[in-house]
Amino acid sequence: MAHFTKATSMHDWLNQRLGVDTLNRVLATEYWIPKNINFLWAMGMILAITFGILLVSGIFLLMYYQPNVNLAFDSVNYTIMQEVGYGWLWRHVHGVAASVVFLIIYIHMFTGIYYGSYKKGREMIWISGMLLFVAFSAEAFSGYMLPWGQMSYWAGMVITNLFSGGSLHADGLVEWIRGDYVPAQAYLNRFFMLHVLLIPVAIMGLIGLHFGALRIPHVNNQDGEEIDFDVESKKYLAGDTKNSKVIRFMNDFLAKDMMVVGIYLVFFFYLVFFHYDFAMDPVNFDPADGLKTPTHIYPEWYFLWSYEILRPFSTNVGLIAFAFAQVIFVMLPFLDRSPNTVPASRRGLFKYWFWAMLIDMIVLTAMGKVPPIEPFGTIGFYAALTFIGLWIALPFITKFEKKV
Amino acid sequence: MKNSSRRGFMGKAFGAVAGVGAVASLFAMKRSWDPLPSVKAAGFTTLDMSAYKENELVVEKWRGKPIFVLKQSKEMLDSEGKNMSKLTGKTTSEMDKKRLLKIGDAHYLVCVGLCTHLGCIPGYRPDKKNFLCACHGGMYDDTGMVTKSPPPRGLDIPPFKIDGMKLVLGESSPEYEKMLADGVTLKV
Repeated sequence: MAHFTKATSMHDWLNQRLGVDTLNRVLATEYWIPKNINFLWAMGMILAITFGILLVSGIFLLMYYQPNVNLAFDSVNYTIMQEVGYGWLWRHVHGVAASVVFLIIYIHMFTGIYYGSYKKGREMIWISGMLLFVAFSAEAFSGYMLPWGQMSYWAGMVITNLFSGGSLHADGLVEWIRGDYVPAQAYLNRFFMLHVLLIPVAIMGLIGLHFGALRIPHVNNQDGEEIDFDVESKKYLAGDTKNSKVIRFMNDFLAKDMMVVGIYLVFFFYLVFFHYDFAMDPVNFDPADGLKTPTHIYPEWYFLWSYEILRPFSTNVGLIAFAFAQVIFVMLPFLDRSPNTVPASRRGLFKYWFWAMLIDMIVLTAMGKVPPIEPFGTIGFYAALTFIGLWIALPFITKFEKKV
Repeated sequence: MKNSSRRGFMGKAFGAVAGVGAVASLFAMKRSWDPLPSVKAAGFTTLDMSAYKENELVVEKWRGKPIFVLKQSKEMLDSEGKNMSKLTGKTTSEMDKKRLLKIGDAHYLVCVGLCTHLGCIPGYRPDKKNFLCACHGGMYDDTGMVTKSPPPRGLDIPPFKIDGMKLVLGESSPEYEKMLADGVTLKV
């Protein structure tokens, strides 16, 4: 047994039992961050804080929400919105955060792609990040079911139908997922469970993995420079903070990080109080009706690009293209054959690949929002082909990239 | 040596029992997600077929799904064979005849009113005598046969049994089995 002495203070008492000083050193004061970074490196903290906001607002919504097909709609639109004190605040915070979190995820992802932060030992950071994207997508979808409006119902119908696998006609699988022939009580109940328990637990586990994956390879920097963190941190600790290439996570890095977070939160609460409607589809203010399809079904903006890859093709081809789009980003570290870990701007053809991919996804997003009429159908079709073509071209253009 | 082999045996024995338990738990979890017996049992709807009017779509409900009932007019029956499928490039007359239900002296289209693409409800256009799905632009003729993709097949026909002028949905009959055998519809 370890030797304990009479504690001299509360801090000492805790330190003897929990090693709080060691924890603080390992996790914060001697966790080293490169100096050569910019505001895009703050997206991780913004995501962590947005997840916290979603958790807290969700807890308050959970106290009044009723997962019952007859009560769900009113429990959200009447009880929470009109009866519960500040219930509207939690709902608008939750809805806006669920939408904005995807904007930040996409910025975070494309930052990683631009600076090559998925290579040379950082593969697990990328893979765990993409698993988080999948988990957040499932969380967003299951949460979208809960108000049980027309869009909830019909998005549920369409998305669960994807699991029939086109010509495979796995209708049994679809009915198994729903627990009924159509989305009904069993369906609402199980998606409620997924939304408030199973997926959030998975997300928290994945966040742990994502952070853990960062520790050995460390955070990337603006030049993709390989930094010897042992040497640089010793320099810093010896007092030569000016010439060291690294700073402490706390308080040095966090101070600037929180400034970006502050600017983000101003933007976030501006949306919550003045423009919450962008996250609230008007069609979803009609209660779910299994005998009436809304004239135009579209997902939330953050799913539009992959929806548009599904839409212009016949069922089977569309499903294959859709499945391709869902998994292909995970493969990025292995499809990029170049050893260069530098910003895309210094990587020859990859520079064009990066911007073409970004623009193509914006075009897909825009085309996914408009009704399936010409010329949008054709534009969407070619944008979907471009998406697939870019991924097929990636290994070839990176294979012949000059070493920098 | 003796000790370690004993530990090895303990490990394997525990692993085997835990493995069986894990498989059994997965089975129980799978069964818990299955549709409840009460959900599966509430699956029969009886329709009185004498009440429908020609070229007027009525939407009934069976197992929570919309059911289209469309009584065919003489003009609609005569126009059979004129509809060209953009999918196959052939006339749909062959399929047309097999898709309709003859009850009394009249012909009816009775089908599940969910697009076979991704399950939206197509709308009927009485003037053009066809169905248009607003979600992805799929089209069907007045017998529920697909004329424009993305839907991969015509509207599905539910299991039915003809009983005089009454139609029972959810119960199969030789007529329905024949439709399945002919590939007119998939089993719903």
